[in-house]
Amino acid sequence: MSDLVADLLAGKHSALARVITKIENRSPGYREIISDLHQHTGTADVVGVTGSPGAGKSTLVDKVAATYRERGQTVGVIAIDPSSPFSGGAVLGDRIRMASNAGDMDMFFRSMSARGSLGGLSTATTDAVTALDAFGKDKIIVETVGAGQNEVDIVRTADTVAVLVPPGSGDDVQMLKAGILEIGDVFVVNKADLDGADRTVQQLREMLQGQSGRPNSGHHGATELAADDAEADAEESGTETWDPPIVETVANRGEGVEDFLNALADHGDYLDRTGRREGQARERFAAEIRTLLREDANELLVDELDRRGGIEQYVDAVIERHTDPYTVVDEVLAPLRECLDEPRDEN
Amino acid sequence: MSVEQEQTERTIRCLVAKVGLDGHDRGAHVIARALRDAGFEVIYSGLHRAPDEVVQAAVQEDVDVVGISILSGAHNTLVPKILDGLKEYDAFDDRLILVGGIVPDDDQEELRGQGVDEIFGPGASMEEMIDYIHQNAPER
Repeated sequence: MSDLVADLLAGKHSALARVITKIENRSPGYREIISDLHQHTGTADVVGVTGSPGAGKSTLVDKVAATYRERGQTVGVIAIDPSSPFSGGAVLGDRIRMASNAGDMDMFFRSMSARGSLGGLSTATTDAVTALDAFGKDKIIVETVGAGQNEVDIVRTADTVAVLVPPGSGDDVQMLKAGILEIGDVFVVNKADLDGADRTVQQLREMLQGQSGRPNSGHHGATELAADDAEADAEESGTETWDPPIVETVANRGEGVEDFLNALADHGDYLDRTGRREGQARERFAAEIRTLLREDANELLVDELDRRGGIEQYVDAVIERHTDPYTVVDEVLAPLRECLDEPRDEN
Repeated sequence: MSVEQEQTERTIRCLVAKVGLDGHDRGAHVIARALRDAGFEVIYSGLHRAPDEVVQAAVQEDVDVVGISILSGAHNTLVPKILDGLKEYDAFDDRLILVGGIVPDDDQEELRGQGVDEIFGPGASMEEMIDYIHQNAPER
């Protein structure tokens, strides 16, 4: 176990921060760190908060974190912002909203940028949650802009997902298009003091009712990675389904924050009661293993391509119609297939 | 190969912090954008931060560069508090500490003595600052 891991487990803030930096940079040795930390995890509640830009996510998260802190619980927040696809740079502004927890070290807030070129942001988020969990945080909040597959993957790291909808955020079609109904366990109409809030609540309710009665409702049932046995587990545990509640808040004044926390707690109880918490954890780890396998196998293949002189020559051959992409792939993968098949034959 | 590439392209993280009561953040905004366009990740603190908030941000965000903007003239009070806080959390040695603002020559010497790495006054160019950060960003 490295000094850094020991320092993190001992509760040193700078060590936690450095571990997350290593995760973000994928510095040499970060995998060993995560491996060492894994056995110390499993105690934190993880909440994902997503919604369109300007919905009030950071402000709500700030108030939620402050309330947890008043109750004597420690909090870790990961806020993900987009980065420029051109310069790779980013201005990470979510910290500005964290005024209620200023100077409080037991409220650990970390901004992460979606470093496009490195990819695997959802992996980095999962690992950062691992670090915060191992550090001993009671509550972990992952906050992200809710658009696109990447974000959906990220919120899957959470036990409970809250979707923020600002009033007047468009007609029904917009909501469907974003696919937010599938991922939310709790819906929040923030800025509920604005005109149109009632209408948004009503629309949301209609939309949610439209899909009720679906077995296994909620985002975790919708994942392609859900294994068959997970579905079987859900059936065994009875037919109780979760109807996502809609909470109205005015986050900047702290109104409705208690209601929101109660809704989160209700969902937590539901997860425990039905055994779905364990089911979700299983799905999550299965997905993580699959992702890592895919990434690592991909890297092996990139190296193999380099050893064979790079991809360009294959592209040339394909353009010249001497070969085709499928044949190229078969050729590159052939040695790998042989390796994997060999021991099976011996057995 | 990939490891080398990642190391040379390590993303530098900068905190741009406005401390104390001065409300002039135009410059800080311009700097935040320039640093972003230079490929850095910039964490902007917002206005009117207390020294311990700056310390909290610098530690938790694990920034390479702590940029402190003060135009109120209170640098002799505020900067040492930040430096002490960083030392307390073991986050001083491997961080570049920059101060931006109007700092008289005598004070500059004092601040440097306390651990400020560089001070950028009026007229300092963006290129100058970005080059300085590229050259002096701590090895980690």
